[in-house]
Amino acid sequence: MATLYRKTLNWLDERFGAGSVEEFLRHKTVPVNRHTIWSYMGGITLFLFIIQVLTGILLLLYYRPTPNDAFESVQYIMTQVRFGWLIRSVHSWSANLMIFTAFVHMFSVYFLKAYRKPRELTWLSGILLLFILLGFGFSGYLLPWNTLSFFATKVGTEMAGSVPGIGKWLLVFLRGGQEVTGATLTRFFGFHVAVLPGLATVLLAMHLLLVQRLGMSVPPSVERAIAEGRATPRSMPFFPNFLLRDMIGWYAALGVLGGLAAIFPWELGTKADAFAAAPAGIRPEWYFLFMFQTLKYLPAKILFLEGEFAGLLGFGAAAAVWVLVPFLDRRIGFGRVTRFFTGLGIFVIGFIVVLSALALR
Amino acid sequence: MKNSTTFIALILFSLQAASAAPPKDTCIACHSALEGDLAKPSKQFEGDVHHQAGLSCADCHGGNPNDESMDAMSHAKGFRGAPKKNQTPDFCARCHADAAYMHRFDPKMRVDQLSQYLTSVHGKRLKQGDTKVAACVDCHGVHNILPVSDTRSPVYPANVASTCAHCHSDPRYMKGYGIPTDQAVRYQRSVHAAMLAQGDMSAPTCTTCHGNHGATPPGVTSVANVCGTCHVFFVQLFEKSPHQAAFAKMGFPGCVQCHSNHEIVRPVDAWVGSAPQSVCITCHAPGDKGYTAAQAISTDLANLNSSLARAEKVLNVAERDGMEVSDAKVELTDANDALVKARVNVHTFDDSAVRKLTDSGVEIAGKSYQAGVAALRERDSRRKGLGIALIAIVLAIGGLYLKIRQMEARNNN
Repeated sequence: MATLYRKTLNWLDERFGAGSVEEFLRHKTVPVNRHTIWSYMGGITLFLFIIQVLTGILLLLYYRPTPNDAFESVQYIMTQVRFGWLIRSVHSWSANLMIFTAFVHMFSVYFLKAYRKPRELTWLSGILLLFILLGFGFSGYLLPWNTLSFFATKVGTEMAGSVPGIGKWLLVFLRGGQEVTGATLTRFFGFHVAVLPGLATVLLAMHLLLVQRLGMSVPPSVERAIAEGRATPRSMPFFPNFLLRDMIGWYAALGVLGGLAAIFPWELGTKADAFAAAPAGIRPEWYFLFMFQTLKYLPAKILFLEGEFAGLLGFGAAAAVWVLVPFLDRRIGFGRVTRFFTGLGIFVIGFIVVLSALALR
Repeated sequence: MKNSTTFIALILFSLQAASAAPPKDTCIACHSALEGDLAKPSKQFEGDVHHQAGLSCADCHGGNPNDESMDAMSHAKGFRGAPKKNQTPDFCARCHADAAYMHRFDPKMRVDQLSQYLTSVHGKRLKQGDTKVAACVDCHGVHNILPVSDTRSPVYPANVASTCAHCHSDPRYMKGYGIPTDQAVRYQRSVHAAMLAQGDMSAPTCTTCHGNHGATPPGVTSVANVCGTCHVFFVQLFEKSPHQAAFAKMGFPGCVQCHSNHEIVRPVDAWVGSAPQSVCITCHAPGDKGYTAAQAISTDLANLNSSLARAEKVLNVAERDGMEVSDAKVELTDANDALVKARVNVHTFDDSAVRKLTDSGVEIAGKSYQAGVAALRERDSRRKGLGIALIAIVLAIGGLYLKIRQMEARNNN
């Protein structure tokens, strides 16, 4: 077995230098400190992304993206296709868990200041990946064509329509017309299975390449302790020590996913009816709730701007600040933790949690 | 010269403006300055449908509204004054029975109110000199008349019962007429009143069954016709049933014999059969054909009800546990439809006709129940599968953990 492995590696090495990859993995190490637990969140997010790709492909075998067939095809998957219920439930639960772990990953990177030089591009690619994951969530939510998703998409795209100047164009672009119709469904399907996966693949490759190239960051507090002689630098080999630990996280995620899918199968609801009245308490997926609730609290006019537009403008500006944090948090480059950015992070988490809880009341 | 021309033009203009102003209504002007009952009409009339249509006091009461002196109310100038109670129907009918005049305001408006009123008990008694009975203004108001569609109107569907009850529920006022005074109280307990209270304006109120202008109590033989205006199928089935002839022979008033008249409560299945709540046993005795049929119908309805409840229960459990049972639930609505049809067919009083429907309902409910049981079996097998998968996952995690410990212990040594 070992000979076959060696022969294959030699064959590949002669063709594109695979030996250097093996060499790289053999010598790659991962820093060990009291914050190492957070290093596994990225791996779990990647694992859930792979689950999404696999279950998504299986759903594609039966799903039909038309208003007449979409709901029925998902119903067929859940009731007639062998293990279809499991695939669909895992896809839905995994989507939510993936966005949750991606948020946890992002905030752990933020508070451990792992975005500091030279990892600015890793941060940028990661944040863009998170935006793409939110896009996956938004576009995928409509695909079962049920009442809740239909009206939530209506509300969501209406928000985009309130952007002055390009709002009308943006609304028509997203909906494929003035209203949420079959054109919206096929459009969202296209985004969900072609456009976003393409973008995600490129960004994910870039993100992983940068992580491998630059290695994992050591938090400033640990760096300082080492520099002051209060601690000694510790590490473990990436292969197999870290990878095996990663696998424990993946198995745990798989167990949680299986449990959720079997005990709380994802609901299908009732088929969307464009002529029916919107059900009471319509709201978007949990990860958009804080924005939805904030826009609800805003007055109709803020200075000379429409309230909703001012809110969207505020979120846009906040997102821009968040994306550019590695370039704004200049002092961190010198190994000093800036209290302002830590406070900002705590405020953002508090804001998201409180506003989401208010929306769920 | 120029100034004098302007002056003359201004005078001419003001004269023309004065002649174009609407004529002053001296009735309103004088009566609103009075006190008490004499002032009341002028204040109430502003919201009156007649005022809204552009009519003035003089259109009903005559006289000259442009005359500022007391001559305005001179009988020589056509002043009619306030009509006496027995004159009211003719007073209103001057316009309301005139199709050509009324259609100027509303082409769809009926003009037969007076002729209908004269056929009513109220109209007949008024003609005989009984001024306690209702005439136009007793129900519609006097100077504050509102359209029927106005929710404040006393003849708006939701207000009709209390308008009628104003006289008919007053034992002192109704003394001497020899009719009960509890109709309104009993009606308020009925399914019809409940529907009306829920906002269903098509639900029957007093005038729906008794008529409005031609108000009259339905006779024993015409009760079914009254109920049948809405409950068409029930009456058709009843008329083909053996009860039709039997009721006629015994002088029973059709539908109300079992359902009562004003206090028409929501019927329940227990009304059929031989239990104490049953209405059948008021006439039928053990051993007779009707008694046996009633028992059979009762058993069949109970069977379908229990089949439906059993299927609903299992489907609700399956749905609560996240199983997809929407198809089975849709099918179960067919069984519910069968129950509704069977209840309607009770009015054939033919147990075989009812059984045909209950049997089909029981069959559908049985299939839905089986679908629910299958869904629960599937739920259980999923949970067993999950348990096995979780054991495998825990073992894999344990194996990985031991492998890491073993590997790192070896490296440390």
